[in-house]
Amino acid sequence: MSFQTDNKLIKWFDDRLPLVTVMHHTFVQHPYPRNLNFAYQFGSILGVMLTLQIVTGIVLAMHYTAHTSMAFDSVEHIMRDVNYGWLLRYMHANGASMFFIAVYLHMFRGLYYGSYKAPREMIWMIGVVILLVMMATGFMGYVLPWGQMSFWGATVITNLFSALPIVGDPIVTWLWGGFAVDNPTLNRFFSLHYLLPFVIFGLVFLHLVALHQKGSTNPLGIEIKGPADYISFHPYFTVKDFFGFAVFGTVFAVFVFWFPNYLGHADNYIPADPLVTPAHIVPEWYFLPFYAILRAVPDKLMGVLAMFAAIGVLFILPWLDRSRVRSAAFRPQYKWFFWIFALDCVVLGYVGSQPAEGLMLVISRIATIYYFAHFLILMPVLGWFERPKPLPTSIAEAVLAGKTSTSEGEKA
Amino acid sequence: MVYRSIKVLAAALVGLGLTTGAALAAGEVKPPRTVDWHHSGPFGTYDRAQVQRGFQVYKEVCASCHGLKYIAYRNLMEIGFSEDQAKAIAGEYTVEDGPDASGDMFERPARLSDKIPSPFPNANAAKASNGGAYPIDLSLAAKARVGGEDYLYSLLSGYTDDTHGHECSTGTYYNPYFPGSCLAMPPPLLDDLIEYVDGTPATTEQMSKDVSAFLTWTAEPKMEERKQMGFKVIVFLIIMAGLLYAAKRRIWARLH
Amino acid sequence: MSAASHGEDGVERRDFLVITAGAFVGVGAVGLVWPFVDQMNPSADVLALSSTEVDISAIEPGQSITVSWRGKPVFIRRRTEAEIEAATAVDLSDLPDPETDDVRHKEGKAEWLVLVGICTHLGCVPLGFQGEYDGWFCPCHGSHYDTSGRIRKGPAPTNLEVPEYDFVTDTQIKIG
Repeated sequence: MSFQTDNKLIKWFDDRLPLVTVMHHTFVQHPYPRNLNFAYQFGSILGVMLTLQIVTGIVLAMHYTAHTSMAFDSVEHIMRDVNYGWLLRYMHANGASMFFIAVYLHMFRGLYYGSYKAPREMIWMIGVVILLVMMATGFMGYVLPWGQMSFWGATVITNLFSALPIVGDPIVTWLWGGFAVDNPTLNRFFSLHYLLPFVIFGLVFLHLVALHQKGSTNPLGIEIKGPADYISFHPYFTVKDFFGFAVFGTVFAVFVFWFPNYLGHADNYIPADPLVTPAHIVPEWYFLPFYAILRAVPDKLMGVLAMFAAIGVLFILPWLDRSRVRSAAFRPQYKWFFWIFALDCVVLGYVGSQPAEGLMLVISRIATIYYFAHFLILMPVLGWFERPKPLPTSIAEAVLAGKTSTSEGEKA
Repeated sequence: MVYRSIKVLAAALVGLGLTTGAALAAGEVKPPRTVDWHHSGPFGTYDRAQVQRGFQVYKEVCASCHGLKYIAYRNLMEIGFSEDQAKAIAGEYTVEDGPDASGDMFERPARLSDKIPSPFPNANAAKASNGGAYPIDLSLAAKARVGGEDYLYSLLSGYTDDTHGHECSTGTYYNPYFPGSCLAMPPPLLDDLIEYVDGTPATTEQMSKDVSAFLTWTAEPKMEERKQMGFKVIVFLIIMAGLLYAAKRRIWARLH
Repeated sequence: MSAASHGEDGVERRDFLVITAGAFVGVGAVGLVWPFVDQMNPSADVLALSSTEVDISAIEPGQSITVSWRGKPVFIRRRTEAEIEAATAVDLSDLPDPETDDVRHKEGKAEWLVLVGICTHLGCVPLGFQGEYDGWFCPCHGSHYDTSGRIRKGPAPTNLEVPEYDFVTDTQIKIG
């Protein structure tokens, strides 16, 4: 059943440009599993965050100057003189962190409920590409204020490419546009930082096309079988998503208004000085697990490769997981290993924030090995050995069975 | 305090204290003494009298070496000076302007729109006059140091002769709060070094606190506006979340 | 009965609670928009940009200089006796924007005319000592101003603006 209306104007318009039909299809006709829980909220939250980052970013670009002699001052100009400039900048800076919090939770949701498994491999792989582009965007954005951490972060990260044999040094010089991180580097980072969010926007579109092709997974990991299994997006998930925005927005607001610099580094309020390196360089928190993997490997080239492999392994995850069952709810062993893996990521993040010496180095090596073992050994092997719990025959059956047992709570 | 527990909660949300700074990494550095500032907490505001005293300390002591380049004289009206007072303060300074019709730079009394001039024309000149050490611009000092205003206060009031066996080379001074323990800035404050306009006894302790409060304002002049708006926004969002949750329950109840 | 069929009629059944929640979302969205709009207004440092002082001792009668004030050109013209005469002799009813000459200069300083050098039509900078009235002529769309800077002919609706200014001394003026 396609979209029907008596309004002649809408009809005329929709016949030529079927926006209303597409919206109607997405929000009213398309079936969504009725049992999506709150872990499934982060997709829409990410959509809002991407929009917010783009809008605040465009506005900040109206006041920012991408030049080494003026960048730091222009940021202070935004903070002190531009109307609501402090609010816009703090929203943008903390927004990047909130974006990564949401994207990591979104990914862990996918890992827990097996969202990456056939036939949804493309959704997952596009998602990994989005993560990579996000990281590049976040990294280049952190360079723009041209503080000490901006400068030295840019120096360290671009130097990663120098690990490559033969082509390494020419690539680094090419990235810099000079013999060190300097004005040409800042200028191109600004250009790319402005561009990449729109690339992400395009990738998100593909992510959603792929999602609508095969439909959402759900906590039970079984496909929709009949009309009792699904509901329309509107009004059910509209209101639920808005509730999610309000809760996430509250956490966001606490950071923006009360702890705006908590996730940043004091050193970045010192203007960039190419002659003095800060005592303790750390990347933004969202890079710390990968930074820990980089430092865990004693060889420069191997460290860089390991860091990229940590993300690269996600691409082949759909084929590494040999289990026939999708959701961790019915995989008693995988469920444990999932939480151990999550803990491993937190541990990697922590050691990434500490100086790489002594005990921290040992922990980072163990955690790195476990990270790869989880994907390359546990995921395939578990599929053979694990005895999954019996799956319910349909979503509706499972949901309604749950309802009767909690009907007292529902009425309250 | 509620604010402290929110701080702890925020820390927990982020994971583990991931932003451990340089000061702790160095090991032997004393953590700064904490002060219950008037501007702390979600409703904290700057103590106008204290911040004005702090400006006096800056003007009469720090300004001989340290710049404050992001602060314009008009900004002084934000910490309780009247327009006439701010104009009078500006009038005490001369700034360079120009070029005039014949192409020469000239000096004129500062106006409200002018920024506070730095004591040295550039970093090299500043270093040359200070034995090779660069006296930083203080505008952002409170945000550019781990520990913030507590650190500034501890450092300024923390010089001691008891060096715990540290040997500081000539031209550097021992301070237990300074990462590296020996810094090039000699103890800048002495009891009764200045005479406060409002008659407050000018002890080293008092001046350290006042100037640290002042520098918190210079680093974050929009803090009061931010916290006040934040309170309203957060209350609004919590009510909105409550309403949306109730609405969600109501709408989903149709699925029974 | 399918879950989806509930949804079809559910859309219509909006109750007070749902409407209130929706109103909160609406108010929040509108409130969020304002900072994004207001950031394009002049910032605090721009608003504070104060006065410009100009030394006018070198200007001879019949000469004019252009100085910059708040990023705009300001004409300072020392008028000759004949020009002042021409400006005062005009019948007010001949003017599209009637103003006498003496409100356009400081008292007792009739020879000094200070004007914002921006055509009131669409913002071009008029050329001095040109046009039918020997005041200013705007090359963009042909507006003619007289020696008092008043519009006489052409599309401009009003006279050239007189900025706020004061004589600090006889040879020094402060604009703004």
